[in-house]
Amino acid sequence: MPDTLWWAILAAGAGCYLLKYAGLAVPARVLADPRVARAADVVPVGLLAALVAVQTLATGDGTLQPDARLAGLGIAVLLLLLRAPFLVVVVGAAVVTALTRLL
Amino acid sequence: MSGPDPDVARRAVVRDSLGVAIATGAYGVSFGAVAVTSGLDVAQACALSLLVFTGASQFALVGVLAAGGSPWAGAASACLLGTRNTLYGLRLAPLLGWRGWRRAAAAHVVIDESTAMAWGRSTPALARTGFLVTGVGIFALWNAATLLGALAGSSVADPEALGLDAAVAAAFLALLWPRVDSPAARVVAVLAAAVALGAVPLTPAGVPVLLAGGVALLSGLLAPRGTGAD
Repeated sequence: MPDTLWWAILAAGAGCYLLKYAGLAVPARVLADPRVARAADVVPVGLLAALVAVQTLATGDGTLQPDARLAGLGIAVLLLLLRAPFLVVVVGAAVVTALTRLL
Repeated sequence: MSGPDPDVARRAVVRDSLGVAIATGAYGVSFGAVAVTSGLDVAQACALSLLVFTGASQFALVGVLAAGGSPWAGAASACLLGTRNTLYGLRLAPLLGWRGWRRAAAAHVVIDESTAMAWGRSTPALARTGFLVTGVGIFALWNAATLLGALAGSSVADPEALGLDAAVAAAFLALLWPRVDSPAARVVAVLAAAVALGAVPLTPAGVPVLLAGGVALLSGLLAPRGTGAD
C-alpha cells in the first residue's frame, strides 16, 4: 500500500507537469482561432469565480457553511472598491476573519 | 499598475507578486498538516508539493485518501484538476515567449496565481516578472510551509485561526476583480460560482471548480462573436 501511494504520487506529479507543459508548448496558431482565444480568456474568469465561492463557503466535508470567511470576503470587496493594494486586501480579509472567529 | 516609469511599474508588479506568494505559500502549512493527518508520511507530503505543485490538485489527492479512496483515484482527481493549468499555459505562452529549457522549467510553476499575476501587464517584461516572482516565490514558500505543516502534523497552529482560508479567498477575488470589467465576464463569473457551489455537496472536493471551468469554456465557445469576455 505505501508503495502504491508513492507510485500514485509520482503519477500525479508527471501528469500535472505534462498538462502544464502541454499548454505552454501548443503551437501559437491555435490561439489565432478566435474561439480558442475567447475560451482562454473566459475560463480563468470562471475558475477564479468558482475558487472564490468554494473557498469562501465550502467545508472540507462537502457542505456549504457560511461563517467568518464571509466577513473577510466582505471586507475584501470593500477594500477592492476603494482600490486598496492587493496585499492590503488579502491581509485585511485575514485579520477580519480571525477577529470574527475570536468573537 | 503600469506607470510611465518602468522601474516603478516593475516594483509594483514585484510587490504584488510577493504578496500573492506569501499569502498562498503560507497556506502550504495547512496542506502539510492535512496530508499527514490523511495518512501520508512527511516525505510523501513534501514530494506532492515538490512534484505536483498545484494546490487544488494536491488537496484533491489527499482529500480522496482521507475519504477512503484509492491512491489511483486520488491521482486521477489531481490530474483532472490539473487540466486548467493547460488552459493557463495556452494563455501564457505568447506572453512569456520562452522555448527550450526555459519553457520546460517555467511549465512547473504554471499555476492559478502565477498566471493571474502575468496577465494584463502592459509589457512582456512585466508579464515575465509577475509570472516568475509569483511562481518561484510560491514554489519556495509552499514547499517550506508543507515541510513545516507536515512536521508539526495535527498539532500545528490552526491556519484558520489566523484567517488564512479567507485570505486565500480574498486573493482569488482580487485576481478576479480586474477581469470582470465587462457584463459578459460578470455573467460568466456569477454562473461559474453558482455551478461550483451547487456541485459542492454532490461531487468530490475539487470537482466543483473544474465543472465551473467547463461551464465557462462552453460559454466562451458558444457565445456569438464579439460578446466574449475580452
